This record gives sequence, structure tokens and C-alpha cells, in this order.
Amino acid sequence: MIDTLAALHGTITLATPLLLAAIGETVVQKSGVVNVGLEGLMLVGAFSAVLAVTASASLPLGLVAAAVCSGLLALLFAVFSVRLAANQVVVGVVMNLLALGLTGTLYRARFGETGTFVKTPTLSPLLFGQNALTLLALISVPLLWVWFYKTRAGLITRACGEQPVATEAGGINVLRVRTLCVLFGGMMAGLAGASLSIGTAGTFIENMTEGRGFIALAIVTSGRWSAVGCLVAALVFGGVEQLQFIGQAQGWRLPYQLFLALPYVVTLMILVLGGKTGQAPAALGKPYRRA
Amino acid sequence: MSETAFSPLQNFLRSLLKGSGYLLGLIVLLVVTFLALRVPPMVGLAKIWEGAIGSKDDGYWYPITETLLKTIPLVLTGLSVVVSWRAGLFSIGAEGQLTIGIVVATAIAKVGGHLPGSLLCLLMILGSMGAGAFWGLLAGWLRIRRNVQEVISTIMLNYIALQILAWVVEGPLQEATHVKPQSDPIPTVALLPRILPPTLTDGMQTRLHLGIVFAVLAVVIVAVYLFRTPSGFALRLIGQNPEAAKLARLNADRVRLQAIAISGALCGLAGVIELLGVTGTLYRDFSPGWGYTAIPVALLGGLHPAGTALSALFFGGLTSGTSNLARFTQGVSSVLVYVIQGAAVLAVVGARAWKNRKAGTETT
Repeated sequence: MIDTLAALHGTITLATPLLLAAIGETVVQKSGVVNVGLEGLMLVGAFSAVLAVTASASLPLGLVAAAVCSGLLALLFAVFSVRLAANQVVVGVVMNLLALGLTGTLYRARFGETGTFVKTPTLSPLLFGQNALTLLALISVPLLWVWFYKTRAGLITRACGEQPVATEAGGINVLRVRTLCVLFGGMMAGLAGASLSIGTAGTFIENMTEGRGFIALAIVTSGRWSAVGCLVAALVFGGVEQLQFIGQAQGWRLPYQLFLALPYVVTLMILVLGGKTGQAPAALGKPYRRA
Repeated sequence: MSETAFSPLQNFLRSLLKGSGYLLGLIVLLVVTFLALRVPPMVGLAKIWEGAIGSKDDGYWYPITETLLKTIPLVLTGLSVVVSWRAGLFSIGAEGQLTIGIVVATAIAKVGGHLPGSLLCLLMILGSMGAGAFWGLLAGWLRIRRNVQEVISTIMLNYIALQILAWVVEGPLQEATHVKPQSDPIPTVALLPRILPPTLTDGMQTRLHLGIVFAVLAVVIVAVYLFRTPSGFALRLIGQNPEAAKLARLNADRVRLQAIAISGALCGLAGVIELLGVTGTLYRDFSPGWGYTAIPVALLGGLHPAGTALSALFFGGLTSGTSNLARFTQGVSSVLVYVIQGAAVLAVVGARAWKNRKAGTETT
């Protein structure tokens, strides 16, 4: 028998980092910027959370550290891609490499060569057996919708992603709005990373994000840049990841690598089926330069 | 392009000046990183120098050939990035294309183990290049037919390829005793020969193999293709100015597919050369991330084949240098290379964006 309740619980837990990162990236993309460096930002969040918790033995401080460090790296991304109008994809790719190197080097410098295992406490359940980050991810879905469609700030953000020139003419500083959105996206990615390390694993492993930043990017696209779409897509991916645990428990005779590859295959399939979407912000990925 | 406005000599001097500027910047970067990690900078730099180039006491042959050895896969994967990015496809799929290539090459070795050595070697090389090209074409097709961003699809294909590799070395391609997660050794007759006899290198046994010739040839061929053939011109035009390419009635889809196929084939070549020249067996974690390092290599090389060869040489030296450093200095690992890469490329990208900040052109 498959324990439905446990499977659902596991699915939500696995969906948490994806949802947090995807919500942040949705805001970034709605403002007209693609941050492909999401993976790197998550990795930095995961690492700085562990670093702060081992130093201070305080889990909340770990969350703060994750948001701050990833936010700082996101600002670096913004300097190049928003202020200097460099190609966003190139800068994002470089950010990922930089984050992989930084976390790897600092991890070995701080905790010795790989092989040593750092243990940290993990966030305890708050409500319905879910930790604070999962609850935050779930609450941010309706909040994001309200912010986008019921507030002036949300309207301005969407305008920056659709018609940056007209928005600037309307007296809005497009570069500042985009920078702030990138900062927010970075902090959310940091929390997403923290939910992997101090949220569930209780440790840090080099490259522990394993492509989840890119899956979150796929979630934003296949969720059609909407909060609810992100939630649905994140739950689907959480479910696919959960399959391997169900498979193990049921004793399915399949190579385990198949389950490990499944989330990536599903990502591709969903992107293929999603196909040519018209809902992308009109100025997405196009650097804005003041005339 | 400002290149055409100068004579070849002026161009050469300009790039020499630019190159030494980058080198100086990178040394400063290394020193700063050492200071941050509390390693005495002079000791750190000396260890890197000894690992990459050598010293009077331990000789120069071994470190220099090791640097060249580590340069080979970086040149080939770097060229693959040059080709796809020049066509406006920001593929990060080199790692997966390389991985799928070596899986197919090893499968060919298993099936065709009885074949004469040179034939088997040739088949493995062609098979690996073909498989790499196919893996690239998947991402190309997704982009062109289904509008799936290649940045995402290539990463997904990388992870899928890694899982396929992990599966075959524990499954169909596992060595005969079924103990270790690796393949049987590739038949010795098919391996690439070493090119420097010990009599030439002061009796030092070096590992440099025929692959270096492949790498040099690939640089020349890609350079000629990009800058001296009509289809190379079409490729660059489509990457640089899609609107103009449309006006010139170029079939952008076909050119891009061609670009990503060539790019994948180069990665397959990189993998199989390492398999036939260095490791001789297939195992998990075969690539230490060549496919990702390829991006900084190509960007630092100005997305130009010759520049890419030079920056691959630089990173090859940095890799063997930092692994030497890691042996002597606690806490500073070879991952340091990634930090140097990232920071260096940011500097280059930033400098270029700063130069073009007012112009209406897209910058890479």
C-alpha cells in the first residue's frame, strides 16, 4: 500500500525549494529580467545557511544569512545585467559557475576536504507538520497574486516587463525597479537553498542543488508566469521526485538512475508540451538602456 | 567589428596588449583570493607555477606536458561553445554531449572489441562525435520547433546524460566481475599513442598523447569554418544580427541546427580523446566539469578559436597548478579554479558591457 498522506507530505516538502525559487523568479521575469543564475543563488543560500547555523547555533540566523548572501550575489548580477545591460543569460551562467566555485572553496576551507560531514539541526514543523519555509512558500502564492494585480507596485513591476520605454516616460525608474526585483528574487532563491540544507538535509553537500534552480526556471515558464501556475508545476515536480521514494518502498525492479533522471525528463516534456507561449512578458530578457 | 580597420600587425599588437592586460588582472585576482584564504601569495603563486610549468629541481617536461594534457579537453569543449554561442544559441550542454559521446564510444568498444585497433579507434571517435551531435540536436530541435530555451533544455539533457552514464557503468557496460562502477578497459590496440618518448624528455615518462594533434587541427578547422566559409559567415551573422540574416534570406533554423550539431560533435570528440588517451576506462564522474569550464574558456578567448586555444592553455595550466597547490596547502582546493573563472569572466563581460553601455547593440 502506498501511504497517501506520507506521500503528499513528502511531495510538499520536495516542492518547497522549487516553489520559493520560482515565486522569486516570477517577480524577476515579470519585471523583464531572466536570471539564469538561480541555481547558483540557491547554492549560495544553502551554504551560507549552514555556515551561519554552525557558527551561531541559531536556525533563524541561518535563514537571514541565506537571504542576505544570495541577495548580495543577486545584486552583483543586477549590476552587470541591469545596470551595464550585459547579456542576461551570459551573466547568469557565469554566476552559476562563480557560486559553485565559491561554495566549494569556502566549504573545504571551513570544514576540511570533502568527506567530512557537517551536521546542523533542521527547521522543526510549525503547522500541519510543515516547517516555516514550506508555509512561507504556500502563503506567498496568494500574496504574489494580490501584489501583482491589486497593488500599484505590482502594476509598475509588470509595466517594466511589458513596456519599459513607456514606463520610464511615465516617470518610473525602470532600472531601479528591475534591480529591486532581482534582489527579491535572489533572497527567495537564498531561502530556497536554505530549505534544502537546514530545512531538510541538515547538512551541505557540494552542488547540492543539482539543477533545481533550472527546474525552477522551467516551472516559471510552464506555470505561465502566474503564482498559481508555479504552485501547480512545483507540486508536479515534487511528486515526480517523491516517486523514487515510493518506488523504493514498493520494491519496483527498475534502475534507481531512472528515478533520478525523471525530474529532468519531465521538465523537458512539460516545456515541449507548453510549447510556444504567448504569455511571456514582452520585454523579457531584453536589457533596457536609457536613451 | 573594429578588427577590419587595422592592419594585421596592429591587430596582433592590440590583442597582445589585451591578453597581457587580462593576464595581469588574473594574477592580481589570484593574489587577492590567496589573501582572502590566508595563504601567503608568493607561496601560492610559486606552487601554481611549479605545478603548471615546472622548476629547476623537478624539471619542466612533466608539468608542461600535464598542462597540455589538461588543455586538450578544454580546447575542444571551448570550441564547441564558440560555435554554438556565435550562432546565438547559449547552450550549456557541453557536459551532457561529452558524456553521451563517451557512453556510445564505450559501447562500440564492447561490441567491436575484436576489430583491428585503428578501425576500432576510428569507429569510437566517429560514434562519440555522432552521439554528441545528436544530443546537441535534441536541444536545437526543442528550441526551433517548440521554443524551449536552450539554457534550460541543455542543463536537463546534461543531468539525463549523467544518469545514463551512472546506469551503464553499473549495468550493460559494467566490467566483467560486476564489482566496480566502471567499464572494462578499452582494448589497448585502440588507444591513442603517447607522442613523446622518454629519450626525448630527459628520461621522464610523460602522458601527452596524439589527442593534442586533434586539438590543434580542430582549432584550425573551426577558425577556417567560421571566418573563411559561407556557412560560417551565415552562422556568425545569425548570431550577431538575426534581423539582417532574415533580410539576407538565410534559413536561421537550419544554420542553428548545424551549429549545435557541430558543437555537440566537438564535445563528443573531447570525451572520446580523453577516454582513448588518458583514462582507458569509462566510470562515473568521468568529466571534472570540462563542459562547464568550457564557457569561461570560450568567453575569455573572445569567442574566437585562437583566443579559446590560448585561454584553454591558461586554464589547463591553472588546473595543474592548483592541484599542485592543493597538495601543499591545506584548505585551498582545486575548486579555486571556478572562482578565478567566474571572476575573470565577469571582468571581461563587465568591461565589454561598459564599453557598449550606450550603444544599441546586444553584448555578450
